[in-house]
Amino acid sequence: MALEHADVLRAAHLARLGLDDDEAAHYLDDLGHILTMVDQLQSLDTEGVAPLAHPLETTQRLRADEVTESDQRERFQRCAPAVEQGLYLVPRVVE
Amino acid sequence: MHDTTLTALAAGLAAGEFSSRELTQALLARIERLDGELNSFITLTAEQALDAADQADAARAAGNAGPLTGVPLALKDLFCTEGVRTSAGSKMLDTFVAPYDATVVEKLKAAGTVSLGKTNMDEFAMGSSNENSFYGAVHNPWHRNAVPGGSSGGSAAAVAAGLVPAAMGTDTGGSIRQPAAFCGITGLKPTYGRVSRYGIIAYASSLDQAGPMARTAEDCARLLTAIAGHDLRDSTSVARGVPDYTQELDAPLAGLRIGLPREYFGEGLDPAVERAVREAIGVFETLGATLREVSLPHTHYAIPAYYVIAPAEASSNLARYDGVRFGHRCDAPADLTDLYKRSRAEGFGEEVKRRILMGTHTLSEGFFDAYYKKAQQVRRLIRQDFLDAFDEVDVLMGPTSPTPAFDLGAKKDPVSMYLQDIYTIAINLAGIPGISVPAGFVGGCPAEGRPAEGRPVGLQILGTHFAEARLLNVAHQFQQATDWHLRRPAIAEETL
Repeated sequence: MALEHADVLRAAHLARLGLDDDEAAHYLDDLGHILTMVDQLQSLDTEGVAPLAHPLETTQRLRADEVTESDQRERFQRCAPAVEQGLYLVPRVVE
Repeated sequence: MHDTTLTALAAGLAAGEFSSRELTQALLARIERLDGELNSFITLTAEQALDAADQADAARAAGNAGPLTGVPLALKDLFCTEGVRTSAGSKMLDTFVAPYDATVVEKLKAAGTVSLGKTNMDEFAMGSSNENSFYGAVHNPWHRNAVPGGSSGGSAAAVAAGLVPAAMGTDTGGSIRQPAAFCGITGLKPTYGRVSRYGIIAYASSLDQAGPMARTAEDCARLLTAIAGHDLRDSTSVARGVPDYTQELDAPLAGLRIGLPREYFGEGLDPAVERAVREAIGVFETLGATLREVSLPHTHYAIPAYYVIAPAEASSNLARYDGVRFGHRCDAPADLTDLYKRSRAEGFGEEVKRRILMGTHTLSEGFFDAYYKKAQQVRRLIRQDFLDAFDEVDVLMGPTSPTPAFDLGAKKDPVSMYLQDIYTIAINLAGIPGISVPAGFVGGCPAEGRPAEGRPVGLQILGTHFAEARLLNVAHQFQQATDWHLRRPAIAEETL
């Protein structure tokens, strides 16, 4: 499956990764090579093979629906780039 | 004091030959003096280390010492450490001071160990050479112009150079085993779920696993005993008792059935590496083991499957770096989308971006079935290969890497770098444990006046899920019969 310039820009946008046209051209080349390598998978017949998401196939553990976390907002916000009065600051979203 | 094993240092501390403070000071001085040549540390935590050493000495004086009390080590900079910068080798987290300890760190602190600092690594653990670090490449202690391997390259180099007796690494596709092989040390990747991933910065969550890197299998056994176990904060950690992994080290190997995967001795394997590995395997025959060729027929598909699954998981895991809650934030964003896009463009390095793009593409509408679902189906076939092999044999053996450490800058295109992990990557897809042990040297380096040895070769030993005690036993017996693990690069022999 050939990759196109627009595919790279689309992936960059979906990943919210700033990429100019030159960079996209560079990655198009790299990703093209990687996808060619990955396309070897297509030669293998996997009809009827169940996908394996997890090496141990364990089921998710359930627990009682109780609050187990304490409020550590101040501590966790210490590593934030911009906070004010317990709120994370971002550019205005709603005019 | 520096040129010995963790086990010997623990014995020295127990016998009162030196204090943890003396040991810590000596190693910190070595790092200060020698690490400029290697760049194996990103952050040195001398003050915290001396405090921890004093606490360890006080605990010992009060009769409360455990087997690892006062033992110094280092942590790959992927483990969150409360109050200490945890960078993941990325500009994105250059100023990130973790607000909590990873479970592994918590357990190592509880065991009384003393962390000297955080070691260098490929950014977000993505790489096989440690050249992808925001903090610069790490140099191999055996040859300054060679890579130490990656992604846990700083941990491997620091141990090989005698800066620390042991270090923690993580392994998603070979990141403990391959640098261990390149630097001539011992490195264990445990079974997926054996060690908690809580507080380890995520790369590919269904593959990531932490483990010890040290001089010997015995040292690794001591450390694994300390860090393994169920953790409610990691839903994929396994509720299964933790044995004392040192207990079975001395079991004889008579009757051990060793499988040699034919696909691990084929095209692409450096003939000199093959000779060293086959010679090492011959040692096991003298110890009473039997050899038999086996097949892992889907080996060829492991790298393609990995380079779908790992980038897909990475693209999802790394979505959290948005410039809002923590990590790098661009200046003067015009709007929220600009904030996301520029913060991420500025904070991530080239390989990380490549994998985010790759993962986002393969997971996107119209491509998901052809790539991600297909890779997961192949993953099941790869795991089945190993399960079938372990019906016939107890362990598998082969080279850890097809070549010894390559030169810095030698692998320019991503695919050739990815192919380096041909013998390690399937193990993560299958979730089984593997250990790399020093098994010889290839080539020489007369130009540097060290004609004899050349670059280290690693022997990889694989076992079925939760067979860590067996792997450590097999590796330990090999190390009783050989002395490759005792060889040191010149830098490790330097005294201050």
